[in-house]
Amino acid sequence: MQENDAEGGDVNAAAVTPQEMTAEERRKQVRDDWSACLSALAETRDKSEFARLFAYFAPRVKAYILRLGMPEATAEEVAQEAMLLVWRKAHLFNAAKASASTWIFTLARNQSIDRMRRDKMPLYELPEEEPDPEHRDLGEHSVIEVRMKEAIATLPESQAQVLHLSYYEGKSHSEIADQLGIPLGSVKSRLRLAFSKLKAYWGEDS
Amino acid sequence: MKISHHFDDATLMAYSAGSLPQGMALLVACHLHWCEQCRERTRETDAVGGAMLDSLTPAMLTDDALNAVLACLDEPEQEFSLSKAEPLADDHLPAPLAQVLGKPIDDLPWKRIGYGVRQLDLELDGPGATRLLRISPGVSVPHHTHSGNELTLILQGSYSDEMGRFCRGDVADLDGEVSHQPIVDTDEDCICLIATDAPLKFSGLMGRLVQPFIGL
Repeated sequence: MQENDAEGGDVNAAAVTPQEMTAEERRKQVRDDWSACLSALAETRDKSEFARLFAYFAPRVKAYILRLGMPEATAEEVAQEAMLLVWRKAHLFNAAKASASTWIFTLARNQSIDRMRRDKMPLYELPEEEPDPEHRDLGEHSVIEVRMKEAIATLPESQAQVLHLSYYEGKSHSEIADQLGIPLGSVKSRLRLAFSKLKAYWGEDS
Repeated sequence: MKISHHFDDATLMAYSAGSLPQGMALLVACHLHWCEQCRERTRETDAVGGAMLDSLTPAMLTDDALNAVLACLDEPEQEFSLSKAEPLADDHLPAPLAQVLGKPIDDLPWKRIGYGVRQLDLELDGPGATRLLRISPGVSVPHHTHSGNELTLILQGSYSDEMGRFCRGDVADLDGEVSHQPIVDTDEDCICLIATDAPLKFSGLMGRLVQPFIGL
């Protein structure tokens, strides 16, 4: 992120200097910064804040869309559309329920599905409630995700592989089964195992 | 609504990953509209996607990409609603389904497909099929297994099978390993939404005869 950005004063306000933090604390800090930045955007409508979000997230969103198999030009366009939605829907972001990364992931995912569906069927989005500005706090979900990223790195290869094929390449369970030459049931059980490990790692019981 | 049967983790992960066929995604969204517990679980499966987004190697955009978006920020927001039809004010159906159907459930062109069973194919794109089944009281569907994954959401009434009793709001999340024989167990029609992700194995006359049963 752009540490020197004069506009980002609130975002970079930290009680401890980066040197004093552990790697995990730093990652959490970064994540909370982006969530706070996105929450603030709903209030301030500050375009320079949006530009900071764009600089960090748009290239990641584009990388994600490319992995789904879209051509370069389309991926660029859909990434831009998704970032425009970030601006327009910022008031719906609720940091108590998701981190900025997760929320932007869901926008990018929906925008990609929408683009891929030729027949323009409606997306089945859940009704979105505008969060009370008083309670737009950073929730435990941001902590969960920092731990989870580490947890994903600890998964056995076979589980990490199905997780990647599913989330990054948008492959259905049957497609993954065909590609890896394993039964459908094995794909599902690997995903279940991966998910329960991730949950155990972030210290939450199903 | 008391919901006792929920989705498999693997199904919610596929929903979060955006890799479910259209009909199954519709069915999951319908259950989520009714089930706070699964909405919470979906926040967790979404978070897997968020963590992965963070770990991706960024793919740079062209130089003017940001300016092009900045230029749009002040434009009046266009209606994003892709469907012109107002969702029906029908508390009986979950909103995503009501929007797709566009009609009250009794006004739909149901087709009789055997004793005590009526069907309506939603004719959605993608592999597999998505349909509504309406089964009369006491009717039992022949013993069958599934190919691929199959989701069933109970919209009205109830049925019982080897796995228990399924009532309004419950889902049966089954794959090819399961064999069961559901029977409608009250004096009310049981209406369910059923979505599969595998192409039907049969075709021609045989296919039309068995199609309604290989899915439930």
